[in-house]
Amino acid sequence: MTEKKLSRRTFLANSALAAGATALATAGMTGFASAAGLTVGFIYVGPKDDFGYNQSHAEGAAAVKEMAGVTVIEEENVPETVDVQNTMESMINFDGAKLLFPTSFGYFSPHIQEVAPKHEDVRFQHAGGLWNSETDPKNVGSYFGYISMGQYLNGIVAGHASKSKKIGFVAAKPIPQVLQNINTFLLGARQVDPTITCQVIFTGEWSLAVKEAEATNALIDQGCDVITCHVDGPKVVVETAAGRGAYVCGYHANQSPLAPEQYLTGAEWNWAAIYTSMVKTVQDGGTIDNFVRGGLAEGFIKMSPLGPSVSDAARAQFETVKAEIMKGGFAAYKGPLKDNNGNVILNEGESFVETDVALESMNYLVEGVIGSIG
Amino acid sequence: MSGMAATDTLSKSALSLKVIIPKLEAVAIPLFAVIFGFAVFSLFLIVIGKSPSDFFSLVYKAGFSTGFSWQNTLSRAAPLLLAALCVALPAKLGLVVIGGEGAIALGGLTAGALGPHLSSLPYPVSLPILFIASAMVGGAWIGTVGLLRIKRGVNETIASLLMAYIAIALMNHFIESVFRDPASLNKPSTLPFAEAMRIGDMPIGISVHWGLFAGIIACILSWILIEKTTLGFAARIAGSNIRAAQVQGLPVGKLVIGFTALGGAFAGIAGFYEVAAVHGSANASLIAGYGYTGILIAFLARHNALAIIPVTILLAGFEASSGLIQRRMDLPDATILVFEGMVFVAILLSETLYGRFKIFSTNYWSKIS
Repeated sequence: MTEKKLSRRTFLANSALAAGATALATAGMTGFASAAGLTVGFIYVGPKDDFGYNQSHAEGAAAVKEMAGVTVIEEENVPETVDVQNTMESMINFDGAKLLFPTSFGYFSPHIQEVAPKHEDVRFQHAGGLWNSETDPKNVGSYFGYISMGQYLNGIVAGHASKSKKIGFVAAKPIPQVLQNINTFLLGARQVDPTITCQVIFTGEWSLAVKEAEATNALIDQGCDVITCHVDGPKVVVETAAGRGAYVCGYHANQSPLAPEQYLTGAEWNWAAIYTSMVKTVQDGGTIDNFVRGGLAEGFIKMSPLGPSVSDAARAQFETVKAEIMKGGFAAYKGPLKDNNGNVILNEGESFVETDVALESMNYLVEGVIGSIG
Repeated sequence: MSGMAATDTLSKSALSLKVIIPKLEAVAIPLFAVIFGFAVFSLFLIVIGKSPSDFFSLVYKAGFSTGFSWQNTLSRAAPLLLAALCVALPAKLGLVVIGGEGAIALGGLTAGALGPHLSSLPYPVSLPILFIASAMVGGAWIGTVGLLRIKRGVNETIASLLMAYIAIALMNHFIESVFRDPASLNKPSTLPFAEAMRIGDMPIGISVHWGLFAGIIACILSWILIEKTTLGFAARIAGSNIRAAQVQGLPVGKLVIGFTALGGAFAGIAGFYEVAAVHGSANASLIAGYGYTGILIAFLARHNALAIIPVTILLAGFEASSGLIQRRMDLPDATILVFEGMVFVAILLSETLYGRFKIFSTNYWSKIS
């Protein structure tokens, strides 16, 4: 018996050895047949089908794939460590990539700053708006969009949909970008009814499904009947909220397939438009500006189509405000405005327009938001 | 005459075979297990319509073929060597400690929090201070796991895992509050290190920081400690039979605390290098799963500190190839994890094979000669 087993195992081992040997023999021959033209690399911190941040970038990559003369290479689930440095260099060394989109905020410092100076003929485009003209390499570009305006529009639709006058926000971390989204969501809703409050729960992590589900349930238990979020992948929040019968507003990408009836609208990145235009610029031999930003008007963000539950009144106000924002220079923050501890943010007559740099160091929740960042 | 000479040579060679072949068991069985794992994974690839030879050639290409491949592999290896020791050292005492991630987080936090305040000192002074501080914090954290085990009988596996969650929560809390660099708006981090205090690359022509060197030295020292010192001998006795060790009067409690603390210190040092050599400040990116990969490596190396070195390099090479596999073969990133999992299971199963093959027994060769 033992002998027989052994021989079967030996056989398997031998066949594996043979496979290994063949593999080594062909190692030199499987070079990547990159089509003539531009090779563009996209790097994501999470899965590219997360119904969220990473998917929004992957949709941009998919649009670039359709362009003539471009080869797109992608890698998902790349941590913000030495791993991403290696991934960037691997795309350059093995695939001949000349344009890279490392899309996670945390890829910039120190990783892109470390790799870019070693490859001056490669262009690095980073989502996040961190590029500093004095200290950062010239072959690095930075771009970002004013997506909190999308949360403002979400808020308007949510304000109409809410019966309890309580809306909820599942947030990752209390950083300025997230705080802006929470605040504009409530400010939008208060355009409909100034008594509306927004409860926020921070999960502490960008991607932590269990806590996101718990937070969503807790918000609904508190009486919130419209939920939105700012986490990397809103899938769990959207499905949990819809399962409990609450309405949802999306974020990052279009989540309506997850909750066709309950989905009101959503603030989406429009990377397809931005990426194709950036790739076109490089193909034409031009240079992308090192620092690019834009909002709804510039095509950086877009709104999901309004869902079947959106009322006519909501639709009308949504379209009116959207048209205002499309003109540019819209101010969601108007005085008099206090934070939720009673400190004055803006006096009568003052305001922050969407491009105001003061918004980028936001460290407060506006009056009407129930929650704390401390 | 010639006949006698031939017999003489034969018996000599038989004698050397008698010594060498039984020792080969420790190499042959894991090697067989790895190859078996490769074979099972190849079948898996064939079933989903992908070519195993493409797969293995890409692993070779991305992990081990060019200078850059080696850079990719070795730069991943540095924290893994140290994280694996955090598992392997307590394992010598029969303890399964799986919370090295927590010691890495706190070691990194310590370096990140202290580092910017030491920038007035010359770096040959400040870096060793940080190195020791990170080691002490990591050591205290995992040493506590050993202490709980000895004093309160708390299961070290559960304790270390739960304490890792606490450590990560503490790290995030401190990075987002007292130690936060006010300029780090959207990615809370500690104050950045001064450029002079950043640890650079080793002079080997590829971009790999000194953490790799520290990891290799740590493995060698751990091997000497375990195999060549009375302390290591006592630990091995306690690991194989704790009662016998106690009856013999060995200080089991001190050994447990000492070995867990030493393992934790190595993990803390991994955190130090991640901050001082890679990130330049402590932030949430420190939590990259090195502590958990370290568990896999320590088990694959059968808790042998020297074997950790080649196993780490092999595993790091596999992980280095993950990207190319995704891009060229259109497979998901989890492919490499599945592959590693199959090899891991094969190695664990192969544990039952030891002592089963006559060819590796000394008796077999004694009879022949």
